[in-house]
Amino acid sequence: MSSTDQHTTYFIPDPSPWPIIGMVSLLVTLFGAVLAMNGVVVGKFIVFGGLLLFAYLLFGWFRDVISENLSDKYNAQVDRSFRMGMFWFIASEVFFFLAFFGALFYIRNIALPWLGGEGYLGATKEILYNQFESAWPSHGPGQLGGEFIPMGAWGIPAINTFLLLSSGATITWAHWGLKQDNQKTLVRGLMATIALGLLFVAFQAYEYIHAYEALNLTLQSGVYGSTFYMLTGFHGFHVTMGAIMLMAILGRSMKGHFSAHNHFAFEAVAWYWHFVDVVWLGLFIFVYWF
Amino acid sequence: MSYTTAINDDAHHHHNPTGWRRWLFSTNHKDIGTLYLLFALSMLFMGGASAMLIRAELFQPGIQLLDPDLYNNLVTNHALLMIFGAVMPAAAGLANWMIPLMIGAPDMALPRMNNLSFWILPAAGTMLILSFVVPFFPGGGSQINTGWTLYPPLSVQVGMSMDFLIFAIHLLGISSVLASINIIVTLLNMRAPGMTLMKMPMFCWTWLVTAFLLILVVPVLAGGVTMLLFDRHFGTSFFDAAGGGDPVLFQHLFWFFGHPEVYVLLLPSIGVLSHVIPTFSRKPLFGYKSMVGAMIAVATIGMVVWAHHQYTIGMSLGAVSYFMIGTIIISIPVGLMIFNFIATMWRGAMTFETPMLFAVAIIMMFTFGGLSGVMLAVVPADMQYHDSMFVVAHFHYVLMPGAVFGLFAGVFYWLPKWTGHMYDEKLAKIFFWVNVIGFNLTFFPQHFLGLAGMPRRIIDYNVMFTEFNVVSSIGAMIFGFSHLLLLYIVIKTIRGGEKATAQVWEGAKGLEWEVPSPPPFHTWETPPSIKQEQQ
Repeated sequence: MSSTDQHTTYFIPDPSPWPIIGMVSLLVTLFGAVLAMNGVVVGKFIVFGGLLLFAYLLFGWFRDVISENLSDKYNAQVDRSFRMGMFWFIASEVFFFLAFFGALFYIRNIALPWLGGEGYLGATKEILYNQFESAWPSHGPGQLGGEFIPMGAWGIPAINTFLLLSSGATITWAHWGLKQDNQKTLVRGLMATIALGLLFVAFQAYEYIHAYEALNLTLQSGVYGSTFYMLTGFHGFHVTMGAIMLMAILGRSMKGHFSAHNHFAFEAVAWYWHFVDVVWLGLFIFVYWF
Repeated sequence: MSYTTAINDDAHHHHNPTGWRRWLFSTNHKDIGTLYLLFALSMLFMGGASAMLIRAELFQPGIQLLDPDLYNNLVTNHALLMIFGAVMPAAAGLANWMIPLMIGAPDMALPRMNNLSFWILPAAGTMLILSFVVPFFPGGGSQINTGWTLYPPLSVQVGMSMDFLIFAIHLLGISSVLASINIIVTLLNMRAPGMTLMKMPMFCWTWLVTAFLLILVVPVLAGGVTMLLFDRHFGTSFFDAAGGGDPVLFQHLFWFFGHPEVYVLLLPSIGVLSHVIPTFSRKPLFGYKSMVGAMIAVATIGMVVWAHHQYTIGMSLGAVSYFMIGTIIISIPVGLMIFNFIATMWRGAMTFETPMLFAVAIIMMFTFGGLSGVMLAVVPADMQYHDSMFVVAHFHYVLMPGAVFGLFAGVFYWLPKWTGHMYDEKLAKIFFWVNVIGFNLTFFPQHFLGLAGMPRRIIDYNVMFTEFNVVSSIGAMIFGFSHLLLLYIVIKTIRGGEKATAQVWEGAKGLEWEVPSPPPFHTWETPPSIKQEQQ
C-alpha cells in the first residue's frame, strides 16, 4: 500500500459462470454419493457425472485466471491476495488433519486406557470387557476385523519418507532455477518432483495391497485400521492432488508462463507440496513409528 | 476527497450486468451481500416454522401434532437452519455489503470465490431440506432424531437422511471457509492507504476474528462428520467401543467446533453494536483498543474450553476443573465489552431509533444469557441443569439477543444505506416491541421449567409443567409471527419511502456514510484518504 497510483488499477473480474457451475457439480456429486452409499445403483454414475463437471469447472476457472494473468491484468495487490488466500487455505487444511491426529491421540492416550481399566472410569472394564488389555495397536475388545499384523515403520514407510523429503528438495531446486529465470532447471526440478510424488503414491498403493492381503490389516480392523487408513488415505489423496497440481505447473513452465517475478501459481503449489510433506512426517512418527 | 469526483474519474468502465446473469454470475460484493441476506431471511422463516411446530406440540402435555421422531427431526432442523442457514449467512451478508465500503475497497479481494461461497449455500440448503423430507418417502429410512449435535451411536443408526445431512455440513463448511479466507484477505490486503489495523472500524475487527475462528474450527467439524460417515458405511470404528473407539470422541470433535461457533455467531453482532451505539449516543466508541483486545481474548480462550458442553460424560476431575475455570474466565472479556458499550452511552446525547432499541435490548438480555451461562459453567450445578429446558432458555438468551437481534439492528441501521429509503420507523418500533416481548414470553418461563426438571428434546412432559409451557407457546406464536412484520417493513423499504441522505444518521461516522445512499454499483474505485480523526 505504498502509493495511491497503484490503486487506480484495482482489478475486479468480470461476472463469471464458474461459481454456479461449481455449486451444481458439488450438489450433483454429493447427491450421487448419498445414493451410492445407500445401495442405489445409479448413484455411482451421478457421482461420476458430478466429478466430470467439477473437473470441467477447475479447468475452465483456472484457464480464465491464467489468461487474465498472461494478459497482465493482475497487479501486485492481486498477487498478494492470492498468496494470502492460499496461505489461509493451507491453514484450514492443517486443522482438517488435526481432527484426525486428535482422534488418534485421544484414542491411544485416553479412550483405550479407559477401556483397559485405567483411571476412575476403569469400571467399564469390569462390567463390559473384562478380558480386554489396553495396548496399541488395538482392534478393540470386540477384536473387530480379526487378527492382524500392524504396519512396520522401517520398510516402505521409511522409503516413502525418503521419497517425499527428496521431493521437497527437488521442488526447492526448481524454485531456485525459476528465480534465476533458468527454465531448464525449473522443468527438470518439477519433473523430478512429480516422479518422486508418483513413486510415493505407487508405494502407498502397494503398501495397502500388502496390508490387505498379507497382514489382514483392513479398514475394518478396529480403531487401528480406522485411524491408519483414514490418516494415510487422506494424506495419499492430498499427495495425488498435489501431483496433479504439479503437472499443471509443469505444463505452464514448459510454455514459459512463469518469470522470476511472476510465479504465484508455482509458489502456491510448492507451499502445498511442503504442507503434504510435513503432514507425512507427522504420519511417519505417530502412525507408523511409535 | 469528495465522493462525486471519485466516481466521475471512473465513469469510463463497466457496463453493469443485468437480468439473471447479474445475480448468478455476480462478482459484485453488494449483489452477493444482498443474495446472502435474502437467503438468510428465507431460512429464518423455515427455521422459525419448525420452531413454531415444536412449540405448538408443547402447548399442552401429551402427543398431539407430531410423533416423537418427527419432533426430534424438527429440533435438529430448527437448529441447523437457524445457525447455518440464517445467522451465519446473514452475518456474511452484512460483511459482504459493509466491509468493502468501510475500508474503502472497491470489492472483496477475491470476488469470484465470494460468489462461490454464496452459491454453495443453496446447495447445502437443498441437502439439508432433503435430509428432512427423505424419510417421508418409501425407502427413505428413519428420521434424524439426534438433535443438531449428531452424537453417535444414534447418528450411526439413522437412515440415509443422515448422509444428506453430513454432506450438507461439508458444503456449509466449504462455504464458510472460503468466505472466511476472502474476508481475512480483504481486511489484510484491501484497506485504503492510511487505514492501519488499529484504525479499522470495529465491525471489520469482529469479522477478522470471526473469520480466523471459522478457518480453525470448521475443518475439525468436517473431519468429525467424515469419521461419522465412515463409521456408518465403511466399517471403521472411530466411535465404536467394540473396535477400541469411543463415542465421546465425536463429542470432543463436535464441540471443538461447536463452542467457538458460539463466538462466530456472536462477534459480528458485537461489531454491529460497536457502530450502532456510538452513532445513536453521538460519542465515539469507548475503549476501542480494549474492545479489540477483549475480542481476541474471547476468541482465544473460546477455542480451548469446548468440553463444558460435556460435563456429564465422565471426564476426570482435573479435566472438568480446567474446563470450568476456562469457561468462567471468558466472562471477563465479555463483561469488558458490555461495560464499554455502557460507557459509550454514558452522558451521550442518545436517541432511540430502532437499531438503538435493539442495541439496548441486547445489552440487557445478552447479559442475562451470559449470567445463566456462568451458572451452567459450574460443574456441580451443571450436572443438575444438563439437558434441561434451562439450557434451552440459556442459549436462546445468548443467541437471539447476542446474534439475531444484533443482525436486526444491523439491518435497520444499514437498510437506508442499501436501499436509499428510510424504513418506516413507527412500524419498526412496533416490530421491536412485539419481537422482544414475544421473545421473553417464550424463553423466560423455560428457565423455571428447566430448574423444575423438564428435560429438553422430548415431545411430552409431566402435567405439572403445563402452565409455563402454555405461556411459552403463546409467546412463541407472537414472536414467530412478528417476523412477518419484519418482512413487510423490508419489502416496503425496498419499494420506496423517504429518501435517505448519504450520512443517513446524524451521528454516523465512517467511510460507508460518505458514499451516496444507495451506493452506485461500484464504489471506492479510487481509494479514499483516511482522515486523522477517524477511529
